[in-house]
Amino acid sequence: MADAEIIPMNPHARSIGRAHVRIRCRAVTSSGRPCRNYAVGGSDFCRVHGGADAPVEAVRPDAPAAASPPADVQSFARRRSRGEYAVDDFGFDPELFSSVLLPLMGILYERYFRIRHVGVDRVPSDGPVMLVANHSGTIPLDAVMLQYALATYHPARRVMRNVGANLVWEFPLIGSLARKSGAAVACEEDTVELLRRGEVVAVFPEGFKGVGKGWRERYRLQRFGRGGFIEVALRTRTPIVPVSIVGAEEAYPMIADVRPLARALGLPYFPVTPTWPLLGPLGLLPLPSKWIIEFGEPMEMDGYADDAHEDAMLVFDLSDTVRDRIQQMLVRNLEERGGAFF
Amino acid sequence: MRRRILITGVSRFLGLRLAKRLEHEDVDVVGVDLDEPVVPVENMEFVRCDIRNPLIARVVEATKVDTIVHTNIASEPARLGGRAGMKENNVIGTMQLLAAAQRARRIRRVVVKSSTAVYGMQPGEPSIISEDHAAQQTDLRGYGRDCAEAETYVRDFGRRRPDVALVILRTQNVVGPTVRTSLAGYLSLPVIPTALGFDPRLQLLHEEDAVEALWLALDDDARGIFNIAGGGIVYLSQAIRILGRRRLPLLLPAAAVTADVLRRTGLVDFPVDQLNLIVHGRVVDIRRARERLGFVPRYDTRAALEDFRDNRDAATVQKPGSHPAWERELFEYLKNKVDQERERV
Repeated sequence: MADAEIIPMNPHARSIGRAHVRIRCRAVTSSGRPCRNYAVGGSDFCRVHGGADAPVEAVRPDAPAAASPPADVQSFARRRSRGEYAVDDFGFDPELFSSVLLPLMGILYERYFRIRHVGVDRVPSDGPVMLVANHSGTIPLDAVMLQYALATYHPARRVMRNVGANLVWEFPLIGSLARKSGAAVACEEDTVELLRRGEVVAVFPEGFKGVGKGWRERYRLQRFGRGGFIEVALRTRTPIVPVSIVGAEEAYPMIADVRPLARALGLPYFPVTPTWPLLGPLGLLPLPSKWIIEFGEPMEMDGYADDAHEDAMLVFDLSDTVRDRIQQMLVRNLEERGGAFF
Repeated sequence: MRRRILITGVSRFLGLRLAKRLEHEDVDVVGVDLDEPVVPVENMEFVRCDIRNPLIARVVEATKVDTIVHTNIASEPARLGGRAGMKENNVIGTMQLLAAAQRARRIRRVVVKSSTAVYGMQPGEPSIISEDHAAQQTDLRGYGRDCAEAETYVRDFGRRRPDVALVILRTQNVVGPTVRTSLAGYLSLPVIPTALGFDPRLQLLHEEDAVEALWLALDDDARGIFNIAGGGIVYLSQAIRILGRRRLPLLLPAAAVTADVLRRTGLVDFPVDQLNLIVHGRVVDIRRARERLGFVPRYDTRAALEDFRDNRDAATVQKPGSHPAWERELFEYLKNKVDQERERV
């Protein structure tokens, strides 16, 4: 666990979230990736990159800022209205993300759900990473909160890319909002391409079985798909970081599923929560549950043979290992959290 | 021996531009189309011929070409007398042309300009589509289906004539100062109707880069299927802002009706089957063309759009040409050819 050095008494430590973590060098190495050394002497750079002497341009240009509402709202609006902003091939709009979407997510994350994060710096600071998390809560807010945690509290402020199922892309508004916040399509091609570009990709192998499960099954992990995520990780030699998310279940506790209505609307499930559809649109408001997001130890995937992804047994084994780790973290964090709301 | 290149669709934009590009190269160009090109091309033999007609085989044989560049798969139904005529031109035309090419022993290379429309545009398709991605043919309609069917015949041809180098270029939507496409027409509307709640990613190809890709496909080493597009993307909403226009978001069912009305009134020839493009968008991977074809677009999507905005020539309106009795002319041409042959002997 070399990456997760926690030195609370270090004079140069910076308060990041609730944990004190040494900050990393902000320079870019010759390979174009952020330097992974720790910064020294109160500066933002490591010894290799000359502490404060390193050129400012060395800061990774696309390093996403944490939630940063535009300082000059007028010029921001003018630039946006002229289309003067860049988006990547998948449609991720970094400016919109950090200036508008992150601050909005922050309200939910900090005030409403009062989320505590554990071990966010176990996520490697550069190169491809696959986060594998449990999925719950009827409306996949967990994916959004996970994205906020990484963009705000990770030392390298990494942008996490979600991959959304078909249904997301068929919905008006939701689909285009998902794209602009960095999501791609949940298919092998997109996941591989994102990892090839060195991004952090989050997958929720439970899929709709996870978000659409009833209240009685809360925090019980569903089947992990067909292990496609393991195949991709093996093929691209991407480390997997298991993530447990506690709290999303209580945000929208699904007490019933109206199957005929779901079928009629072409949805995977039609949820009934204590407030929905009883209170109408107000019922869309999540309950203020208390959340804990824990990042587990990375599992390296580069020690396997080149054709390991075709070994079905290995794929199932690894998939089960990841699943067990997430389940263990879930149980531990559930106990630790105590009450679901206060 | 000088290379001899036959270009179909030579009075359409891309065919004409390629012919102009080859004007002063060390090649002989034979242009085939129904109408004479609007701009005269030097050093080109123009043959008025409909590729749907089996006579095209005689043309291929008589002109002694070794290369065929097929740019005649059209996306605008209006010019070809509606959808039925368009399909006939695209599918039957390609079949006839390839049947002719199969017979012609001199043929060494066939280049077909297809389109990225072959990938369809369903939600949930990969965000960046590579050449190996196979769309569900059943989901395809209109232009995309035509292109996919034409490509099937091209592949069949490739199996029967393994000695011929085949290149299929799947070009992304072309925009530029002079080209007239349905997308360009759509983006020229004073108020641009969009689908409410949907903001597709647009990837564009500048007209000059499209011509460049055709030129590169003539290279001796080029073979295979290539996506051709500019780099990068813009959102449709962003494109409309860059163009300084307004958008009118409509509920999806209303959008389909609007597209139909626009088409009927002749304002924009925007086939309803392409509506998915401005709902779900379509972005392709262009790495293969860069690596194996040496295709490096001079304009990325944004630059192409800006060039379209700044230099669009509103005056270039093509007159819908009438189709005179071209068969008689063709026979005369063929007869002359035969006579020339005899004289040479």
